[in-house]
Amino acid sequence: MQNILSVQSLTKKFDDLTAVNNISFNVEAGSIFAFLGPNGAGKSTTIKMLTTVLKPTSGEISINGFNALKEQDKARASFGIVFQDHSLDEELTGYENVVYHAVIYKVPKKERAERIQKALEIVGLWDRREDYVKKYSGGMKRRLEIARALVHYPKILFLDEPTVGLDPQTRRSIWDHIRDLNKERKMTIFLTTHYMEEAEAIADQIAIIDHGKIVESGTVEEIKKRTESESLEEAFLKLTGRHIRDENNGPSNKTGMRGRGRRSRH
Amino acid sequence: MIEVIYILCLRQLKHYWRSKARLIGSLGQPLLFLVAFGYGIGPMYTTARGGGNYIDFLVPGIVAMSILFTAVFSGLEVIWDRQFGFLKETLVAPISRTEIMIGKTLGGAVIAMIQGLIVLSLSYVLGFRIPSLSSLGLGLIFMFLIAIFFSGLGLTIASKMKDLHGFQLIINFLIMPIFFLSGALFPLENLPPAIYFISRLDPLTYGVDGLRGAIAGMSTFGVYNDLAVIGALSVLVCAIGTVLFSEIEA
Ligand SMILES: Nc1ncnc2c1ncn2[C@@H]1O[C@H](COP(=O)(O)OP(=O)(O)O)[C@@H](O)[C@H]1O
Ligand SMILES: [Mg+2]
Repeated sequence: MQNILSVQSLTKKFDDLTAVNNISFNVEAGSIFAFLGPNGAGKSTTIKMLTTVLKPTSGEISINGFNALKEQDKARASFGIVFQDHSLDEELTGYENVVYHAVIYKVPKKERAERIQKALEIVGLWDRREDYVKKYSGGMKRRLEIARALVHYPKILFLDEPTVGLDPQTRRSIWDHIRDLNKERKMTIFLTTHYMEEAEAIADQIAIIDHGKIVESGTVEEIKKRTESESLEEAFLKLTGRHIRDENNGPSNKTGMRGRGRRSRH
Repeated sequence: MIEVIYILCLRQLKHYWRSKARLIGSLGQPLLFLVAFGYGIGPMYTTARGGGNYIDFLVPGIVAMSILFTAVFSGLEVIWDRQFGFLKETLVAPISRTEIMIGKTLGGAVIAMIQGLIVLSLSYVLGFRIPSLSSLGLGLIFMFLIAIFFSGLGLTIASKMKDLHGFQLIINFLIMPIFFLSGALFPLENLPPAIYFISRLDPLTYGVDGLRGAIAGMSTFGVYNDLAVIGALSVLVCAIGTVLFSEIEA
């Protein structure tokens, strides 16, 4: 199989903190790839570099055959992203947010209305589409972000902790839909999650990152075998230790609005 | 391309229209200036000049003022977008940074134009009259160029600002001097040479002078010189903004 995403010696330093430390990996086209790790391990920083939001300190990224550092627009057209923290315009309605997205991603005009409706129905927000996003609950905002990312049909979809804070029904319907996209559209999925059972159920390939370095990778079975574990969760704890991490454990914490971001308890 | 620019503008217009407090608040200041200065300083102006109507002098200045503030604020809105996370959504889209810059500059400029037009209409009540349709046309061009320049300037500054801490600094040490030294409120001729020199470096000076030449028939530098200066500066600031915008991180 051919790789849709290829990462070589990727590093990101924030002043004296090395958030991502020389990682390399490949993601096969059409697969579901889970990127796991404790809080502050460097998952979001990696995703931000892969999606051109942050400039790497060093390293190479190739997405869909495009150099993500040099051919940014072509790389950008290839992926969709659901960020870990807020990225909605609260002063617009849910529907307007999705329309904005459809236009800037150049979804053909005649398909727009239909795709938007489908995406909003999938996440159960069609009836609330005319409400301002500031009136939405946290879970509804999350669902809207996911719906938005589905409107343009990306080759690879990045999901940074997509289901944190959602009830089991919504989580189930979102994963079902993601699996459908993966099967029917051959959309590659790159996700991070804190729910090991979700990763275990859905992922073809897994990489575990800790302190900015990949400590283990392979299929669920391979990882369980190598760590002599019964479950992925057990393997994860063996690999990353049991002490509790703070998301902002670096020496140079970004304060302020970061605290508004969706946090997750590990 | 056109549709992307349109949707970026539309979003800003919706923000503007939906925030009634901001809309009303931003009309209060120019109105206060028109009434307070118009009636307060008017008689002194007429006496000192041996004739002439201060309202005719003042209205173009106040219109320019409302455009200046509205345009700069719209540009700086990008800092809010960054803090609330929405900037990422626009930046990861497969659109060129030039499109983003044009869309956002135009959006801010359109809002500033609307604001300027409202102030201009209100000045009618105070007795201000524009001589002809063609002078109105030329006036609109100046208003638009002032709007473009300052919306672009706001964006350029915002692309370099990480948070809101520098905001007050920009307003107090850049925008306020630009306003007060532009000749919006008083003629520049009698200023001490040092201050006069600074006001000649102020981009708004040419915007105000041109607008005043167009709609009130009073210009110091000549309307076409003003047009050339403010036009060239608008192009320049947008070019610089586009370069800086291409390096922005969310
Ligand atoms: N903009 C930033 N400036 C400084 N440090 C940062 C910044 N973003 C993230 N970090 C730090 O980098 C490390 C990795 O963060 P992150 O990638 O968000 O972790 P994860 O998503 O795995 O929880 C943390 O120590 C975090 O504090
Ligand atoms: Mg994270």
